[in-house]
Parts: sequence; C-alpha cells; structure tokens
Amino acid sequence: MSVELLNFFETFLNGLMAGVMYSLVALGFVLIFKASGIFNFAQGVMALFAALTLVGFMTGQVPFSHLINAIFGTELHNWGAGLPAFLAILLTMVVMVALAFLIEKLVLKHLVNQEPIILFMATIGLAYFLEGLGDLMWGSDVKTLDVGLPSGGSFWWEDVTRTWAAQGAEYYGMYIDLLDVSAALIAVVLVIALSLFSQYTATGRALRAVADDHQAALSVGISLRRIWVIVWSIAGFVALVAGIMWGSKSGVQFSLSLIALKALPVLILGGFTSIPGAIVGGLIIGVGEKLAEAYIGPMVGGAIENWFAYVLALAFLLFRPQGLFGDRIIERI
Amino acid sequence: MLYREAGDFKTTYRSDQQTFPIKSERWLFWAFIAFAFLVVPFFINDYWNKAVFMPLLIYCMAALGLNILVGYAGQVSLGTGGFMAVGAFACYKLMTAFPWMDMFTVTVLSGVVTAGVGILFGLPSLRIKGFYLAVATLAAQFFLVWMFNKFPWFYNYSASGQITAPERTIFGVAVTGANTTPWATYVFGLVLVFVFAWVARNLTRGRIGRSWMAIRDMDIAAEIIGVSPLQAKLSAFAVSSFYIGMAGSMLFANYLGAAEVTEAFGIDKSFLVLFMVIIGGLGSILGSFLGAAFLVLLPVLLKNIMVDQFGWATDLAAHVQIMLIGGLIIFFLIAEPHGLAQLWRLTKEKLRLWPFPY
Repeated sequence: MSVELLNFFETFLNGLMAGVMYSLVALGFVLIFKASGIFNFAQGVMALFAALTLVGFMTGQVPFSHLINAIFGTELHNWGAGLPAFLAILLTMVVMVALAFLIEKLVLKHLVNQEPIILFMATIGLAYFLEGLGDLMWGSDVKTLDVGLPSGGSFWWEDVTRTWAAQGAEYYGMYIDLLDVSAALIAVVLVIALSLFSQYTATGRALRAVADDHQAALSVGISLRRIWVIVWSIAGFVALVAGIMWGSKSGVQFSLSLIALKALPVLILGGFTSIPGAIVGGLIIGVGEKLAEAYIGPMVGGAIENWFAYVLALAFLLFRPQGLFGDRIIERI
Repeated sequence: MLYREAGDFKTTYRSDQQTFPIKSERWLFWAFIAFAFLVVPFFINDYWNKAVFMPLLIYCMAALGLNILVGYAGQVSLGTGGFMAVGAFACYKLMTAFPWMDMFTVTVLSGVVTAGVGILFGLPSLRIKGFYLAVATLAAQFFLVWMFNKFPWFYNYSASGQITAPERTIFGVAVTGANTTPWATYVFGLVLVFVFAWVARNLTRGRIGRSWMAIRDMDIAAEIIGVSPLQAKLSAFAVSSFYIGMAGSMLFANYLGAAEVTEAFGIDKSFLVLFMVIIGGLGSILGSFLGAAFLVLLPVLLKNIMVDQFGWATDLAAHVQIMLIGGLIIFFLIAEPHGLAQLWRLTKEKLRLWPFPY
C-alpha cells in the first residue's frame, strides 16, 4: 500500500476512535430524550461533575473546602488519604444516583407538562448550577485523572502497519492511542449492556414504554417518577464513563463540559431518539471531522474542527430532517 | 387604588389599541422615560455606566432581537453570539473604511449587514424545526467566530487579532474611543434602544408580527391560511439579526472599545441572551427588558454582596454566583414559566382590583 493510502487509513481510524468518544456523550442525551422528551443540555456538565467527584474521592479532597475555609477561617484541604479507583468509582456512582434523585425531586417534578423549550432551559440552568457546584466542591484547578487505563501509542500496531507499506517507502507505522481503544471497547460493552437491559428486564421494558407514550405507560401502572430517577441515574452513569474517558485523555477541567457541544451534531445527525443513531452519528462525525481537518483544513487555514461537524450534520439534515435514525416526524393539523 | 381605569374612556379604535391603554400606566411609562433621558445623564458616573447602564442597554437590544425570533416567530436560535460578532465586525469595518460616517449610521448599517447574514443562516429553518434547528444555528455561532479569527481582512491585519474602535463623534461629542464621557455613550445607547423598541413593538402588532405568531403557533396551519413560511421565517431571522447586530456593534464600539472575537462573542453570549428572553417572557417586548435587567443586575448585586461585604475571594464568589444564577433560572422556570412579563401582568391585575380580591 502506498504511504498516502496508509495515512488516509490512519486518519480514518483515529476519526473512528474520536467518534466513539462523541458517541459516549451523545448516548446520555438520547437516553434522557427518549424517556422524558427532555433535551438535557447538562449532560456535558454532568460528565465534568462526575469526573471532578471521582478525582476528589481518589485524591481525598475535602468537599467545599474553599467555602468552609472562607466562612469559618479554617485551613481544610485534604483528608490525607485517597480511595482506590474502584471504590471511588462506586462512590461517585452513588453521588450521581443521588443527583438524579434530587433533580427529579426539585426540578422535573415541578415541570411536568411544560413546553420542551422550558425544559431545555431548565437543563441549561441545571448545567450552570452543576458547573458552579462542581467548582465549589472540588476547586477549579486542572486535575489529572488516572484510573489505571492504558495510555500512549500502541507499539504493536505500529510494527504491524509498518510491514504494510510498500517496499523501501519512508513509513513509520500508524499511531493509535491505547486509551482510545479502551474507550471504544468500553463503549461497545456499554451499548450492549444498555440494549440488553432495555430488552430483557422489567425496568428496561418500563423505560421503553415511557419513551413510547407517557400517558399509556401511566395507565398500565408504571410510575413515571421512578422511571425518571432511573433514567437520570443511567444518564449519570454514562456521564461518569464519558467523564472518566475524557478526563483521562485531556485532564479534568472546565473544558470537559464543552464535549456536550461536540455531541450535539452527533445527535442531530443520528436523530434524538435512536441509540444506534448516536453510535453511527458519532462515528460519521468523528471520521468526517478528522478527514476534513486533514484534507480540507489546509486549504482554508485549519482549525475547522469546531464547526465542520455542525455543517456536516446540517447537510445530512437537509435531506432527512429527523436525522438518520430518528422517528419520522409526522405533522397534522 | 393608585392603578385604576375608572373614568378612562376610549372613543376611538386608535386609543383602544394603544400600547398602554390605561392612563396611569401611560403616566408611569412617560415618567420612566423622562427619568432615563433627563435625570440619569446628569448623575451617571463611570462605574454605573460601565457596570450597569451600558450592559443593560446593549442586552436589552439583543434580547429584543432574540425575542422576535424565539418568542414571536418560534424559531429557537443559539447563534446570537455569532450574530453579535457580525455586528461588531461590520461596525469596525465601516468605521475604518468610512471615517466620516456618524455613529448612528454605522450602527444601523452594521445591523443591516447582520440581517443579511441572518437570512443566510435562517435558510435551514425552512426545512428543519425545533431542537434540530437550535443545534443547526450553533453551526452559525462556531462558523462565524472561526471566520472572524481566520481571515485577517476582518480585523484589518492587526497583529493581535483584536479590533479596536477609533474615536467617532456625534454633534462633536465622542461616543466611541478613549475620550468618551459616561453620559454620551449612555444617551447614545438609550436613543437607539428607545427608537428600536418602539419599532419592534409596532412591527410585532402589525401584519408581519401576526404572520410570525401564526408560524410560531402552528406553521402548517399558518401556511394553509396563506401565510408564506418563507417570508415569515426569513423576515423574522432578518429583523432579529438586525437588532442583535446593532447590539453587537454597541457592545464592541461603545462599551468594550476593543474586542477579541472568541472572548467577547462566544457561545456563552448566545445562552445569556436566550436566558434573558426566557426569564423575561417569550413573546413580550417588556419581557425582553425585564429579562435583560434581571440578568445584568443580578451578577453585579451578587458580586457586591459576596466580594465587598463578606470579603470572599473572587473565584469563590464567581462559583457561588454561577450556582445561584443556575438555581434562580430553574426557580423562575418552575415558579412562572411565562417569565417576568407574566408576573408583571398578574401584578397589574391584582393592583387594578386592590383592595378587593375580585
């Protein structure tokens, strides 16, 4: 194979990996949108909050230490000992479930039957709140997160791909980040687990019933409020996974919450209501973005990653206004 | 009993249809305007101008514009920051290319340029709706900011990539640049907001405003009764962008003086203005003002309390502030989803009957 072709494959592969990371975030959006019709803008901030909490537990920070110090004049910062990664992840999950419970109790319960835009705004308010809360609890400095996932380039893959190049060509093998590979594997496991859960458990069936029709679900005795807590907990779990992945990749900091903006084109491309859509959309966006950056970017001065995904999604939308896998929009008077 | 309509007779349709049908309300309005025009300019100082009045006027203008699009025409847009950037850069290019032009003309022309860009980015609205459209307008936000960063022509090849407003005067009084006085920029902004709020009010209750509302309430039904979605949607995008562009131009030229596009016109601006519109009340001119006032004044107030009174560190105060704003937004949505304007309407109803309950 020629070097150009191999470079193309490398870009393509890295795009797929990046796409998986986007899908992870988009998945959380889709879960909540399907079950409650809420476009949850706070998903990105939930990922940030989960990652912050995880780091806080692992390093043994005292929550709200800055606030406590400011009010009582103490000098608290650290318990002195952190928790092992596994325990910290479990505890963070508990926090996310508690958060889901509180969100249902304090916000959603009071906004039943409101227009979608009002609910959307409420989740933006929630995003602000969580952003402030996360910073207030754990401080706003950039933190590193290491839960023991492999990272760095894969030498094995480099060696394998080097043999593919034509004889005598200047080629040093493809670079692929091990962290991205593990993220992809985890995403696959997550999606399989989620679809098994929604197919074969009673709770999963109840979730799908609610997604289908709120009123009908209520009338057969499904508790809407319990389902919402469960859905937000699952979304919290997905956020935690996304937070771990993105946090290990680029550090836990405010910009982590901006991955929500990366997930939006994935969503409109795949359709708001489809889990496979989130995956396929993520892959298309990831690949499209990387290829565009590599081949179109140099022509217009680069750094087009920020908006290219949106334009790509928009181009798809013009032909299918409900996204690739979304439910068909039927309008009548 | 301060607020009543007994003895306030309407003898013409004109007087029945006016914006403030009750006499005491009219008096209150004109007293408020007189206060803003005749009292404030004499007492304003630099702190009040920079911290309160200019942001207030600018965001009132932006919220008016976005309310036309979201509240009246029902097209959710998250591209406000990008359109403000278009206004700012159009203003900068006009100021530097035509130094003799006065600031009113420049500001209005930047609005016109933004209206053109708005129509362009409004085109997808003909095909896609709702949240899909909201996300599509994000494309405008990111693309425009990227464009203003990437092509040096827009910032006249300056080394820093910043745009800096040169000094321009109106009747010999500087309103942009380093030598402005607080009252001059304030009056400049006030005149623009006053005039264009009046225009917006009359647009929204005329034929065009009714076609927007028909599209908002149900676009298929509107189309069947003869409202052209193409005209209605694109005109909403154009008018809305016109206002937002003027707001962007004022933000850059009269308030900031120098701006860097990613910092001044990021996506947080889009959200901020959308919040103002929602908290103030969708589809209400008064609501745009109330929402802008709320979200401009609240942070100033909170900062004053926490930093100056309690002596907390600024970063801690910033965290608490963002938390409180998020919490308050949720609280307002729960308490009154139709915004502050609806609260005001309810208060008026109560006041008309006071002290009797019915």
